[in-house]
Amino acid sequence: MGMKSDIKLIDDNGLRIDGRLPNQLRPIKMEVGVLKRADGSAYIEWGGNKIIAAVYGPREAYPKHIQDPNKAIVRARYNMASFSVDERKKPGPDRRSVELSKVISEALESVIFTERFPRTTIDVFIEVLQADAGTRVAGITVASLALADAGIPMKDLIVGCAAGKIDGVVVLDLNKEEDNYGEADVPMAIIPRTKEIALLQMDGDMSYEELITAMDMAMEAAQEIHRMQIEALKRKYTEIEEVE
Amino acid sequence: MEEKTGIRRIVVPGELLNESGKPGNGVFVENGKMYSAYLGILDLRAGYVNVIPLSGCYIPKRGDKVIGKIVDLAPMNWVVDINAPYYAPLHVNDVPWKVDFGDTGRYLSIGDVIIAKVSNVNELGQVWITMKEQGLRKLEGGHILKISPSKVPRVIGKGGSMIQMLKEYTGCRVYVGQNGVIWVSGPPEGIITVIKAIRMIESEAHTYGLTDRIKAFLEEERGESNGNEE
Repeated sequence: MGMKSDIKLIDDNGLRIDGRLPNQLRPIKMEVGVLKRADGSAYIEWGGNKIIAAVYGPREAYPKHIQDPNKAIVRARYNMASFSVDERKKPGPDRRSVELSKVISEALESVIFTERFPRTTIDVFIEVLQADAGTRVAGITVASLALADAGIPMKDLIVGCAAGKIDGVVVLDLNKEEDNYGEADVPMAIIPRTKEIALLQMDGDMSYEELITAMDMAMEAAQEIHRMQIEALKRKYTEIEEVE
Repeated sequence: MEEKTGIRRIVVPGELLNESGKPGNGVFVENGKMYSAYLGILDLRAGYVNVIPLSGCYIPKRGDKVIGKIVDLAPMNWVVDINAPYYAPLHVNDVPWKVDFGDTGRYLSIGDVIIAKVSNVNELGQVWITMKEQGLRKLEGGHILKISPSKVPRVIGKGGSMIQMLKEYTGCRVYVGQNGVIWVSGPPEGIITVIKAIRMIESEAHTYGLTDRIKAFLEEERGESNGNEE
């Protein structure tokens, strides 16, 4: 965003630099139950993004003063590995990852039945191993799989999906080049069953009409990602049968 | 139900359940429709639609027999980890011994494992446990393993058939706590077989015909150990 350049992000045939149509997602691969020690875990490859998520809990919240006597608190920690980007990222929390941890926690909390586990915390760790734009939405998608795997009761799975604007065109699911040299990026988290929005941010600028188009596009793609999530969750338990 | 084979229907959180029946466990209702709250298996029983979670932590219920580990001592009580989100206090009045003030360490020390009963649970999730009942005691020796609490009924089997079979074939003593903690004691080969069998039950809990497969596995294991002795 903001970087001026001569790079053409959309060619004469209307295709993007990686050959996708404006409303096409990058290839997505999901796997559930990848970590043995965690209560629940999942892994996702979304285009060039590689993210692993682990869930611990519900467990008693410490220090005691952070406990809520009425409900569980959801603590998500978004972290980028130092090797996840081209230029080495200084390890540890920074302004960006603290913000993302907060908004992801709130998005996840909106689907969890937190009132069933008073005084506890549900810890979600999202580790970005390789980043290629759209890590927060991929992180939310994979975290919801890990929560389901941990046996935490939820209203629905939650899906993250981004849309944006490049070269004056509204497109779905920006990759790194499009994110860097495009005009706007709109990451969203969607509850697919009710079509509610759990997270909506925007970087860059676009008109009201363009924003509505982008949101509709992400909403539609969310249904597709939701199907992939269901398939990934069920696959973990059907594979056992096939082995026999 | 006996002759069904394959997998029970797996549901995911937020999945619409069109089955007729009253909403049971693991299900929530929104706008008059039922949805699953868990990643679990669908279970229709006595007019209720239930979803049995495939994983998750133990939520204590009054009357459950659980296996717990002492994690802390206090002058008037012990603190017990019962594999739930919360630790449970065990008061000196709830043990079968006469304990003097501050003398708790003489009877149970940190790391000891006990069978206890959940005597009370409140809406804040606080749990009280007791050992003042027949059969509740400190466990000596043996092995401890943990499974997902939702799979405890499968390890016990219909009317205790599965656990009875495990005991008969291996000559081990097996005690399954409702909290998913299992205590096994007996000859070393037997313990290894029991652990293998329980891991097998755990990974195939959502399939039909499990008892027969476990039986075949136990027979095979027994055949092998007999062969080695000759």
